[in-house]
Amino acid sequence: MGIRESIFLLFLILISTYESFAKEGLAEELNEEFTEGLLLRPLPDRKVLAHFHFQSSVPPTRTYGRHHHLFPKSIYQLVNKFRVREMELSFTQGRWNYESWGGYDPISSNNAKPPGVELWADFDVPLDQVDASWKNLTHALSGLFCASINFLEHSTSYSAPQWSFHSFAGKLRYGTLPREAVCTENLTPWLKLLPCRDKAGLSALMDRPSIYRGYYHSQRLHLTSDEFDAVKSNSGIMLEQTLTVVLQPSTLEARAMVSVKTLQPSWSLSSLFGRKVHGRCSVSKSSNVYVQFEQNLVSELKEMWKESEGSESGILIHDDFWTNPIFEMSASPHRVVKEVGNLQQEDSSILYEFLVEDYNDSEPFDLGLRWKLPVAWLCQQAPLRASRFLMGSGNERGAIAISLKSSGINNTQRVGCSEKGSLLSIDIFQVVPWYVKVYYHTLKVFIDGELQSTMENIENMHVSPSEDKVSPGVMEMILRLPCGVKTAALTLEFDKGFLHIDEYPPDANQGFDIPSAVVSFTDFQASIGFEDNFLNKLPILNELQERKHVICYTEVLLVPLTTPDFSMPYNVITITCTVFALYFGSLLNALRRRVGEEERLLKSKAAKKKGPLTSLLSKLFAKLTGRPVNPPETPSASPSFIDYKLIVKVILVAGMAVKLFRSSFQLN
Amino acid sequence: MEEDKPKPRPIIRLGLFLISHSLLVSVVCCTAGVLSLLLLPVLGKNTYISENALMPGSARPMLTNDDVSEGERFVNQILSFDTMSTGMEIPKMITDHIMDLGGEVNHHKFLPQFNKFHPLHFFLGPDAGTVPENYSCLSYGVNTVGIIRAPRGDGKEAIVLVTPYNSLKITRAEALSLGIAYALFSLLSRVTWLSKDIVWLAADSRHGEYTAVASWLRDYHTASFGDLKHSEICAASNLPEMKKMHNGFRHAGTMAAALVIKVSNRSTEFEKDALTIYAEASNGQMPNLDLINIVNYLAVHGQGYRVKVEKIWSLLNAWWLKSLGQLIEMLGKLAGSLNPQWNFGIPVSEYVECTATLASSLYNQALGVPTGPHGAFRDYQVDAITMEISPKFSSSLNNRQHEILLHVGRLVEGVVRSVNNLLEKFHQSFFLYLLTSPSRFVSVGVYMIAFALLVAPLPLVAASLFSDATKSNPDAEEDKFACKPASTVQPAPTSTSWKWLYAAKQVLIVHLWSAIVTLLPYFVDQIPDSSPTTKLSIWIVLSIITLLFLDLFSGSSFPSTCRSRDTEWTLLKSVTVAAAFIGLCLMSVINFATAEIGALLLVPMCLTTVPLRLDNKVNTLRALIRGACNLIFIFVGFPPTVFFVLKGALEGFDNMRFGDFWNWAESLWSWNSATYIYMYENIRLNCRRQVFAWMSSWWYELFLGVLTIVIGLHGWVKIMVMNGVDDGGCPLDGRRLRLGCGDFSWEQVPSRTELDRPERSWTVTELRTCMKRISLYSHRAQMIAPHMFFLAWYLLRFLMGASNANGREVIDSRVPSKATLAIYCRY
Repeated sequence: MGIRESIFLLFLILISTYESFAKEGLAEELNEEFTEGLLLRPLPDRKVLAHFHFQSSVPPTRTYGRHHHLFPKSIYQLVNKFRVREMELSFTQGRWNYESWGGYDPISSNNAKPPGVELWADFDVPLDQVDASWKNLTHALSGLFCASINFLEHSTSYSAPQWSFHSFAGKLRYGTLPREAVCTENLTPWLKLLPCRDKAGLSALMDRPSIYRGYYHSQRLHLTSDEFDAVKSNSGIMLEQTLTVVLQPSTLEARAMVSVKTLQPSWSLSSLFGRKVHGRCSVSKSSNVYVQFEQNLVSELKEMWKESEGSESGILIHDDFWTNPIFEMSASPHRVVKEVGNLQQEDSSILYEFLVEDYNDSEPFDLGLRWKLPVAWLCQQAPLRASRFLMGSGNERGAIAISLKSSGINNTQRVGCSEKGSLLSIDIFQVVPWYVKVYYHTLKVFIDGELQSTMENIENMHVSPSEDKVSPGVMEMILRLPCGVKTAALTLEFDKGFLHIDEYPPDANQGFDIPSAVVSFTDFQASIGFEDNFLNKLPILNELQERKHVICYTEVLLVPLTTPDFSMPYNVITITCTVFALYFGSLLNALRRRVGEEERLLKSKAAKKKGPLTSLLSKLFAKLTGRPVNPPETPSASPSFIDYKLIVKVILVAGMAVKLFRSSFQLN
Repeated sequence: MEEDKPKPRPIIRLGLFLISHSLLVSVVCCTAGVLSLLLLPVLGKNTYISENALMPGSARPMLTNDDVSEGERFVNQILSFDTMSTGMEIPKMITDHIMDLGGEVNHHKFLPQFNKFHPLHFFLGPDAGTVPENYSCLSYGVNTVGIIRAPRGDGKEAIVLVTPYNSLKITRAEALSLGIAYALFSLLSRVTWLSKDIVWLAADSRHGEYTAVASWLRDYHTASFGDLKHSEICAASNLPEMKKMHNGFRHAGTMAAALVIKVSNRSTEFEKDALTIYAEASNGQMPNLDLINIVNYLAVHGQGYRVKVEKIWSLLNAWWLKSLGQLIEMLGKLAGSLNPQWNFGIPVSEYVECTATLASSLYNQALGVPTGPHGAFRDYQVDAITMEISPKFSSSLNNRQHEILLHVGRLVEGVVRSVNNLLEKFHQSFFLYLLTSPSRFVSVGVYMIAFALLVAPLPLVAASLFSDATKSNPDAEEDKFACKPASTVQPAPTSTSWKWLYAAKQVLIVHLWSAIVTLLPYFVDQIPDSSPTTKLSIWIVLSIITLLFLDLFSGSSFPSTCRSRDTEWTLLKSVTVAAAFIGLCLMSVINFATAEIGALLLVPMCLTTVPLRLDNKVNTLRALIRGACNLIFIFVGFPPTVFFVLKGALEGFDNMRFGDFWNWAESLWSWNSATYIYMYENIRLNCRRQVFAWMSSWWYELFLGVLTIVIGLHGWVKIMVMNGVDDGGCPLDGRRLRLGCGDFSWEQVPSRTELDRPERSWTVTELRTCMKRISLYSHRAQMIAPHMFFLAWYLLRFLMGASNANGREVIDSRVPSKATLAIYCRY
């Protein structure tokens, strides 16, 4: 006994010392980390973008073990159980306004998501197990985030893009739920993944009413793990959580017009969110707030500065710039970061950095921006503005059109389009549910209003037609357009299918959704490089610096399909039954009728006449025995067939029929 | 022989009884039909809001005085424009204002569509319209379209507000309607409760209100990418600054509802401001009743308006209507005194008003011409109405501008808010109804009774005529009796039971002629520089020529057997009446009101007409009266007569011209109204009647039926294929066999870089789905065909057999049962 205990103790001690050694040895790289950040950006249409960014990371299990201090256990289990290599889940309400909020910068490319839920995941399992893993993952996420993500388990609702949507061949699954209503019950579980929840740090700003009052909000969860990569030096699991909201600062002059001449609204954190920051989340490694001035805004400000003061243009990063004649910030930034690597433009965007750790309860952080002079600028646009709409009317067929319009002259001079004759490549990925039966051979490409007879503008195309009740139709395509293109359009015709009665959703008359198409411009990189190299450590700036394609989502479309009148089952049943009864009754009657015999029988019956009493008796007898008997015909003197009993009966039946008919219509 | 005959089954006995008393039955049924039509106002029910999600009036209106003063400023600014040379001043101003509000704007240029009638128009679907050759840039109409995106909405649905105005010469009333829309738009750009996008269409009505709205809708639903250059030439040459605005067409999702807002200059004679609702769209389609209900509810309870729907004013003073109303009121009182629960009586004044409204509703639906710009929306399955506001004094537009803006703005805001609440599209309430007042309606279940009673005698009369024809042919009967015991197959039955085929052939030939005549106006219209009068006369001459030609060509189609002329006409009449019955029934499905009015005109005609020559033989008073009735009915049933009589009654006979009818007909076909065909068929029929009434013995009975079949077919095809009526259900309705592989060619396989794998799999799958489709459709066709055959066969058998039995024959159902068996085995 004693020996065993002592051995066990020894063993424990050994292990703990080993672990402590290991930890000390790799203290820098291998530890759980949590950072938080907030990026604020004034938008041209008098709104403010707030982008919260939280990142937790955990070193790989092999070196670190299974016990975590900061990293959410549920996510860790999710990754390990379903062997997720990368996953992104977003809940969005509202539409990203690409025209006035920008379509070229990393924020819009990463965080402008289609309405509802979008989920994609890449698995590290054999190909035949991917679908099973996907199903389990959707169920797990559904429970975790209080959303109906489990509806994505059915094979009609997700697809496996080949190459257009992130390049993981075969093991990526993609699904969207455009109709999912997003609200606070989805935000709460999302906040639970943060170590400080919304009790401290930047997340304390997330006052539910003020967030959901905004024009757009999108909460996103992005997960990368290389737990299962044996070869690469692994960095463990990284969980990135972002919340992007577009808010309208409440101004005193509520009725003021959004005219060019009016002042941009002034705002502060407390006016936007109704709360202030009382300090950082104590476990976070960094807790910074940034205010970003876009490139166009910066150049506009410089011009104004020049006009008013005539001094140098580098004034914006001057020390006491926050009391300049154009705008005023309530706090002095810790540092000013300038964008570099943007060779085409002389002006570049500017970030003002504020450190939350400098503030505490007695002196809460409440950043404010006050405009003194009216300023107007335009956001950077994606090279082409993509929109999608339906054509045609009626319940039979229609067409989907994706139109790409050039957003302006300045963008065509961007990367890859510098000289004439070069081509712009556009990647389109579109999933269409099976009841919208797209005929891919009807694809037409219009460039500058002219129908292209050849398909030379399509560099590559992959189509998997939908299979009824099994899989949706997927179209992936790379378009090559000339650089100077003004408008381009794609049309695809479709037939509207019929659903089985039990396949209709509860609100069938609303119509059916075609999820957003993803349009990505592969020649363009949405990233902002920054001068300071050590800044790379900060995840929120990493996100901005990450080199990704410019991506935008098109609108969700609503297709009205033929819908049975669910409110009239009674009518339908009665009318169908009547028609069937009449039809089959008369058919059977005609088929098994032998007229000759009938006649003979009737004649012989008519020959022997009976009294009324006997006939009644025989009728009764026939009823009892079930044997057919024909009542003897009463010799009627009148040649017409007036039979009052019959008439009364018929009138009765007709009255009932009319009543039934009317009542059935009145049900409607 | 009478005693020996066995007694047939009760249903047949009933049928025989009705057939043998067809005269009595038809008189009773027709009277009952007309009476129940007159009783419809009494039977109307109060409207109710059926869709719970609408919740009208549950929110306090948010439109404040500030918004209204903005709107007023807007109105004054519009009216301050002195000259409007290009017509672009107002669009530019609206654009600036919408941009200031933070909305999206675009301009939609259009040319007036010279809506040429095309004979095959019904089968082709909406064409792009013809662009006139000699247009100038100034002749473009410019619609201004402003869009507010719902802050947190997903942009799948939209609500459309339409304000028509004349950009060349704007009146104060039109400016007011623009001001209302602007005040509302400025409110809606701020609110947070929107879930559907708002589209404001300021429609340039220089080419007519309907044209502007219809052309915008057409471009919304059929984006023609090729036309961009065409209009951009003008944009560049005419208005360089507008080129920036012409940044393509903006879309806003599926439309949930549309409201046309108009302000009228005319004053009401009432102590309240009035709101007139126009709802009838093309071919008698109506918007969902719930839309009218919420407007009515909000206008009456929210803003204290007096809501009206159109009525035929001349009927308000009709003495016969008043006395009828008095009778009904008396009866109602009597019934109420017997049992307090039977309170069906309504006061005289209300009855008269209801009838006038009902008549107008029936007339507008029957005409098939939309009563306003809202009609264009219904063609795309969007529920829409026009709201016309008329102030109590005509001068008060200036003085009470603020008040009108506030009230109407709040009303429209309430409607928008209600529609915005909708989760599903309008589907709960009625689509088939007739309005008797803004808050009372007659549903389809009630008004079908009148029609059913009216057309019920037709098959009976047809059957009885058929049996008469068989009875009065002794030779044929002997043949039949002779051949029956022998049970040998002889050509004899052909002469008796199949002789109606000759009549049917006659009907068919006349129908052919009628089809030709229907297409004639298209060619007549091609003749340049001719007045309507000359066109009409050319058309008449041409149709007579074709008639003579066809007559010559077909010759006397009856085989000259021993049959007398009497039998021929009865047979012919029976076939015609039967065809008329089928046609009317089909028409009632497509456009009830047209069928109802058609039945009112046709049924008495069908029942009374008898060849004049026959009557001339018997010189009795009765025959004389019958002949006179005949002529009167024919004359009344002739569409031009109806037109002129109606017009005379309503507007007076002062300015009557012969060409008016042509104009009227032209307007009908330019609106694609099914009534047009119906009417022309009717003309043709009556032409025949008038020409031949005193010449030939039987000709003029012909056209009744077939015509209606054509109308039926035209209407079906039009509605099912083009408009895609949302009766969602039968998979075969109008669905054309469309194969994915139809025009598929290997050259079109787009990708060239990945030549091997994906394309192969794609085409194979495509072909497979295509084959599936083929088999599916052929399977459906196979399934349906025998059923249809059986149904048709039994209908025929019943008709023929019943009438045969009346002619002392027993139904010989052995032959058909064998045939059916054989067919049944095949399937």
